[in-house]
Amino acid sequence: MTTAATPASRSDATLDVSGLPSFRFSHHSPMWWGTLGMIAIEGTVFALAIASYFYLRMHSNTWPMFALPPDLFWGTLNTAVMLGSLVPNQLAKSASERLDLPAVRLWLSVALVFAFLFLGVRVMEFASLNVRWDSNAYGSIVWTLLGLHTTHLITDTIDTTVLDVLFFTGPLDGRRFVDVSENCFYWYFVVGSWLPIYLVIYWGARPWPS
Amino acid sequence: MTHATLEASMAADRVRMKDGPPAGSREARALDVTWDDPPGLLGWFCAINHKTIAKRFIVTTLGFFAAGGLIAAVMRMQLSRPENTLVGPDMYNQLFTMHGTTMMFLFAVPVMQAVAIYLVPLMVGSRTVAFPRMNAFAYWIFLFGGLMLYAAFFVNSGPDAGWFAYVPLAGPDYSPGKRVDFWAQMITFTELSGLIEAIVIIATVFKMRAPGMTLNRMPLLVWSNLVTSFMVLFAMPAVMLASTALILDRLVGTHFYNPAEGGDPLLWQHLFWFFGHPEVYLIFIPGLGFLSSVIPTFSRRPIYGYTAMVLSLVATGFLAFGLWVHHMFATNLPELGKAFFTAMSMLIAIPSALQIFCWIATMWTGRLNLKTPMLFVLAFFFILVLGGLTGLMLGAVPLDLQVHDTYFVVAHLHYVLIGGAVFPLFGAFYYWYPKIKGRMMGEALGKASFWLMFIGFNAAFFPMHWLGLHGMPRRVYTYQAGMGWDGMNLLSTLGAFTFAAGVFLSLVNAVASARRGAVAGADPWGAGTLEWSIASPPPPCNFHAIPTVHGRDPLWQPAPGGAPARVSGLAVNVREVLVTSVIDALPDHRMTSPNPSPWPFLTALATTVLFIGSIFTPWAVVWAAIPATIATILWFWPKHKDNSEDLALEKAP
Ligand code: HEM
Ligand SMILES: [Cu+2]
Repeated sequence: MTTAATPASRSDATLDVSGLPSFRFSHHSPMWWGTLGMIAIEGTVFALAIASYFYLRMHSNTWPMFALPPDLFWGTLNTAVMLGSLVPNQLAKSASERLDLPAVRLWLSVALVFAFLFLGVRVMEFASLNVRWDSNAYGSIVWTLLGLHTTHLITDTIDTTVLDVLFFTGPLDGRRFVDVSENCFYWYFVVGSWLPIYLVIYWGARPWPS
Repeated sequence: MTHATLEASMAADRVRMKDGPPAGSREARALDVTWDDPPGLLGWFCAINHKTIAKRFIVTTLGFFAAGGLIAAVMRMQLSRPENTLVGPDMYNQLFTMHGTTMMFLFAVPVMQAVAIYLVPLMVGSRTVAFPRMNAFAYWIFLFGGLMLYAAFFVNSGPDAGWFAYVPLAGPDYSPGKRVDFWAQMITFTELSGLIEAIVIIATVFKMRAPGMTLNRMPLLVWSNLVTSFMVLFAMPAVMLASTALILDRLVGTHFYNPAEGGDPLLWQHLFWFFGHPEVYLIFIPGLGFLSSVIPTFSRRPIYGYTAMVLSLVATGFLAFGLWVHHMFATNLPELGKAFFTAMSMLIAIPSALQIFCWIATMWTGRLNLKTPMLFVLAFFFILVLGGLTGLMLGAVPLDLQVHDTYFVVAHLHYVLIGGAVFPLFGAFYYWYPKIKGRMMGEALGKASFWLMFIGFNAAFFPMHWLGLHGMPRRVYTYQAGMGWDGMNLLSTLGAFTFAAGVFLSLVNAVASARRGAVAGADPWGAGTLEWSIASPPPPCNFHAIPTVHGRDPLWQPAPGGAPARVSGLAVNVREVLVTSVIDALPDHRMTSPNPSPWPFLTALATTVLFIGSIFTPWAVVWAAIPATIATILWFWPKHKDNSEDLALEKAP
């Protein structure tokens, strides 16, 4: 990108941008704003679903309706795994921002192992809800909350898998490192949104001291 | 030499040529080739140029407007005299549901987004939108979703529970069959499209503005689209969640809205109106943007009170979310809550009044030029004042209870929607038509169309106030003779047909002017914003040289001596764009923008199969997810050609 290729730029005062970088990370990148937009949308969905949960809870005499609260074991285990996944996630993110190819390959793969681990535990979570989606409104909203979050887990896992494969096979260029950074950014949201959902599903269904 | 390195060396050669030189030069022609959509039928499905997509989007939404209008005509014919038998009650239920649904979900919001997708990049000085393939995808799913609804209607599966589909009426017990399921999935489709477009618009506005176009210099239309897009992000998820819960209730036996099993029908109303009220502002706020574009141009002076205008746009966006409960005054809510929402409903009049004040000040201190676009805009004032007044009346709980579910409400909502959106939209069409087509629309036909629409509109909807106050309920397919409602109903029907004739005249005008209109030139109205600095119609790349901006009305405030007037140094044979900083629009980096691709179209098709299938069996979600996932992966998988372009232009931060 030599400025010599634009002789016109000196004669009649133009703003020559040919020397600028061809990708940048974080809020510099339109991708970051796109991801943030997704997060805003999905965060709203989660917030409204949680509000619906409490709306139904408020209008019900018993809660959970004719069911035992969900067993704590698998959900809590998954929460621990998710918090643990923040480590490889952050390592992959900073590796991508250093354009460090071997480290991205390593940490993205480790993050992926975590992702598959949650999906496995997630199956057990559904089994330990102690209620069916069609038993009553309580069952419906709990399944929906868990289902919504699982959808995010699945899509992000596919996303991470594709990126990871791409980093081993190519073709690669700088922008793919931005993709990794954005993918990790989004992963923070998946984990961050899990915490309130976990509290609602597992603790919202237990009697509160009044 | 491997294939990849060969490609890379070729690409390196191609990217050596840089832009900047004036239109007509070798570089300018090369840019046009680079940014054009691919030719041929296959190319048609691969198109991603934002202007191509926007034009399709506009035509599609106007098609739905016509369909919704035809349905309205049938309804008005049915109601023109008492005990009419043109359509029966079952058909009438489908008609008003299809009319409301079409107008709100398939016309009013999407048409505003479609216009934004055309104009925003031109107004901010960008070669394209931030995510062009996403943009194309959003169009395709919108089209398929809308077609699906009409296909259902024509096989007698049209939804019939109202455009708000209140449960339990819309639930599995009272609405068996597939009618409401089609409705619910159409909602998901159009809202998905709307959400994607919102993200596209936000990212374009934030990151793709020409250098120097600080937030403080951004055209008000762009501001209004930005505010609208943010509202979409927080409003539309509510209706998606609501309609997903509805279809789950109907399809897999969940109980969200079933009181017998602990559900609650009012949950539907809360979720629906949490979206439905801001929805009105999603239509109205872009309309305000049109006014703020047309009025300064035809008053020949910059807008009065720019900062106040921006602040009131933002305030309107916020307040719009505090209002949904006023649609539920007739339900059993706490009194204090109702009082709060009454106050909120009144409060939102303040920013609107402020805007109106600024427009009047602009016209007052300018030199008014009464061309057709301006007439449509002036009609806004008259109609909206009336609609706003009846709105204030409805915002008061006692009166709302009195006229609830009567034609008074139908009158009010059409005054607001048509006055706030349709008239400004038509003004916008007359205003920007020359930019899109390169030719002017006829003035005489335009004025005739305007007067027919204006008179027809008032004749159609003013009598409905009277009918409502005299007790005529809404959503009835007929009424008995001797109620005293006959004359006003006939007048209303005649008015509706006059309005339709006016719309038709504009259509004739647009079609005729496309070939025979006077050649427009770049800036036929003498306007000040960037889209008027380029040829009409704009070249595929929008700007052969990206401008730099030195004021709020760049064409009225050219670069001061010595300051650069344009950008140079972007590739000519590769789709390269300039990314700038969010607040000050300082150059940040260069970025390659995606090339045309069939995958957005194919992914939309796969998504449609998934959604239509899910109307019939939940397993469709599982099986159809496979092709949809494959299509998405192929969409994102970089091609070697794109990769070598990227590598050739690459420069690490
Ligand atoms: C000349 C044009 C139009 C005519 C003659 C017309 C006529 C009507 C009539 C007669 C109804 C009442 C149906 C009933 O309650 O029995 C109605 C309802 C409605 N209209 Fe229009 N309309 C027109 C344009 C529009 C436009 C442009 C919009 C939106 C942008 C719109 C949105 C609605 C909505 C949301 C309803 C409520 C539907 C429902 O109750 O489910 N209309 N219209
Ligand atoms: Cu409202």
